[in-house]
Amino acid sequence: MRARPRLKNPILRTRQPLTPPMPRSRTALGLTAQAAEGRFSLQRCESCGQVQYPPADSCRACLSEELLWTPMSGRGELLAHTTLHHSNDPFYRERLPWRLGLTRLAEGPVVVAHLHRDCPPPPAAARVTAKLDKAGRGVLVALPADELGDMSTDPRHGEFSCDPEHRKVLVTDGKSRVGQALVRELAAAGAAVVWVGQAEPWKKYAGQDAIEKLDQATVVPLDLTDERGVKRIGAEIGGRVDILINNAELHRTQGIAGSAGAELARREMEVNYLGLLRLAQAFGPAMRARGADGGASATAWVNVLSVYALSNYPPQGTYSASKAAALSLSQCLRAEMQDAGIRVVNVFPGPIDEEWNQTLPPPKLAPERLARDIVQGLRDGVEDLFPGDVAKEWLERWKDNPKVLERELALESHTA
Amino acid sequence: MSRHGYEGVALVAPVTVPYRRYSTRDAHWWIARALAALLKDSGLKKDDIDGLGISSFTLGPDTAVGLTQHLGMSLRWLDHVPMGGASGVVCLRRAARAVQAGDAEIVACIAGDTNHVDTFRRTLSTFSRFAQDAVYPYGSGGPNASFAFITDWWMRQYGVGREDFGKLCVAQRRNAMDNPYALLRKPLDLEDYLGARVIAEPLRLFDCVMPCAGADGYLVMTAERAEALGLDSVRVLGAIERHNAFPDDPVQVRGGWALDRDELWAQAGVGASDMDFFQAYDDYPVITLMQIEELGFCPSGEGAAFIREHEFAYDGDCPLNTCGGQLSMGQAGAAGGFLGLVEALRQLLGRPLGKQVAGATHGAVSGFGMINYDRGLCSAAAVLARS
Repeated sequence: MRARPRLKNPILRTRQPLTPPMPRSRTALGLTAQAAEGRFSLQRCESCGQVQYPPADSCRACLSEELLWTPMSGRGELLAHTTLHHSNDPFYRERLPWRLGLTRLAEGPVVVAHLHRDCPPPPAAARVTAKLDKAGRGVLVALPADELGDMSTDPRHGEFSCDPEHRKVLVTDGKSRVGQALVRELAAAGAAVVWVGQAEPWKKYAGQDAIEKLDQATVVPLDLTDERGVKRIGAEIGGRVDILINNAELHRTQGIAGSAGAELARREMEVNYLGLLRLAQAFGPAMRARGADGGASATAWVNVLSVYALSNYPPQGTYSASKAAALSLSQCLRAEMQDAGIRVVNVFPGPIDEEWNQTLPPPKLAPERLARDIVQGLRDGVEDLFPGDVAKEWLERWKDNPKVLERELALESHTA
Repeated sequence: MSRHGYEGVALVAPVTVPYRRYSTRDAHWWIARALAALLKDSGLKKDDIDGLGISSFTLGPDTAVGLTQHLGMSLRWLDHVPMGGASGVVCLRRAARAVQAGDAEIVACIAGDTNHVDTFRRTLSTFSRFAQDAVYPYGSGGPNASFAFITDWWMRQYGVGREDFGKLCVAQRRNAMDNPYALLRKPLDLEDYLGARVIAEPLRLFDCVMPCAGADGYLVMTAERAEALGLDSVRVLGAIERHNAFPDDPVQVRGGWALDRDELWAQAGVGASDMDFFQAYDDYPVITLMQIEELGFCPSGEGAAFIREHEFAYDGDCPLNTCGGQLSMGQAGAAGGFLGLVEALRQLLGRPLGKQVAGATHGAVSGFGMINYDRGLCSAAAVLARS
């Protein structure tokens, strides 16, 4: 449980967002890539088995260049600690005193890590994990050995997470089953306000009453194809949104040969790609300005994409293309949000158990499961989320060889 | 194969360009002033110098190469020694071999750095790839954080107390009181030391060197040449260097001196107890203590007892960092790695900046540098004697 942040004094100037130092070597960014998916991995030599840190370009023991990022146990021994009362960097100067530890990992290397307040002084057991910091860079964090995942007991470590508790969240589409599940999950997670977007507020839909009965929920008219409408809502609530979850989408199931003309594909792009662009222009500037706005600052932007964004799934070819476009735009948004310390989270679900995937065989992702994974991903502070078994398997195949995956998917559409 | 000695090598003309807390000049200016001071002190002309050894952090984008054109020097031997706190002794080793081999006749060894208001932060953030990747993003405390870990470990492992480190710092400040070049000359007692503001626990203000601008230098030539020029000189009895020693120590408890110490004293033909003073590298007092132990002034792990039994001011039984060291002079970047050597030369030539150690004929100098990740990688030491 995070403590409820104090109400801000509206007379005081809003603090400008700062980030910790960003530069890393190309090799060291491997730690970031791992942490982005929630893993703590270090380089392990495939030839001699040596695990090494800081990241280097060859094995320190045998000079092999076959270094694989390999998950670590996280077990470690705290050897020495310090608490900084002085820093040369503006980000940390605002956050002093800042505690650091020197920890020896069970796998061998000695690492400098952010040290949790509740870690006993050395010598002591510690659990080391990798997180993305406010600059979106992977860093190591040492926690008390018996603590499970939750870092919220140290307020200084709160910024490694984007916990929705006490935060104000916009869900851009509250009508879909995923949207309804998200609203319920966010309310249960302690969100202070959940704005529920509705593209056609005059239409009733199943489950609407239950959503609107939630204390935190407030319905807002939001149609991502309506540029002026999006701007209007952005002007109204954009300055208060701490977390924006864009789950609105148009989903049709067609390839190229099976459709006549570009109309449906254009409508998919209007929502899935241009809708994101409109949202980003309407809400991005206000959120960026609130990247350091007290205890409940703007913290995350979530795009619910699709695992089809990685590689086209021909039976849903135009939908895949619109999600790939959204993924690309999201990378631009991530770059623009990074200076404000706002995390852009991309969610890559496999097929969701809803009407447009009716003909697909199981396993399909339950909307409730997707909502739970998104909220947990925010708490964990990850940046790329692959909920469900299908998505994880696709990711593995894609990382292994994207060309092979392309051929496999072509065959699947042939036999489907 | 045993190491060759340093016979026939003479060190002359120790110079210091007075340090300043901040400078609007570039490193090039400081190095030029040091070269001019070397020429003035030795009576040589610029064209007499045919070798140059340079150490500097803030010379970028130049190296020693660019300096030859800046300074209008035509040289047949040139070296750039990027070893921070070990660069004084390492430069000496390189230059001495060049002179012995006849590759150069007179080598000017100079370290100089500027300190603009933002220089220190910039140097820290890009100090090394490992520092950029795995240290600076963590609180950006710079070397304070790294040495806080080492100090924390030493205090628990070897029972060293704050007051032990304090005794060294207080003695050095006393040495600095008579040194007009020392930037920190305000009297310091143990109470001031213990009560100073916390920087990075357990380090407090007077454990940490203050960055500044400055330059130091000396000349290396053959003994014959020094005699012909009528210059007083100092002999090199022995010198060692070592890089990345003991990589498996989880926390730095040793530099590299332990590996080469016996050969150093054997080469010098004297022992630690024959030294009239010791100029240790003193960016933080824990490193001074590490050198005291590792060079054999006391047995390993008994540094705390050694501190309690000895006095370290210029008039004590164990004179240490007799100009005040970096802790009182300021740390002028790479020049901090020259300061101990230059002060040793001054003491042996009878021309100290501050007080003279009575009857000093032999002295030891030690250097330590380059916190690449979690520890200093370069260590070096030399034993010197009056000619």
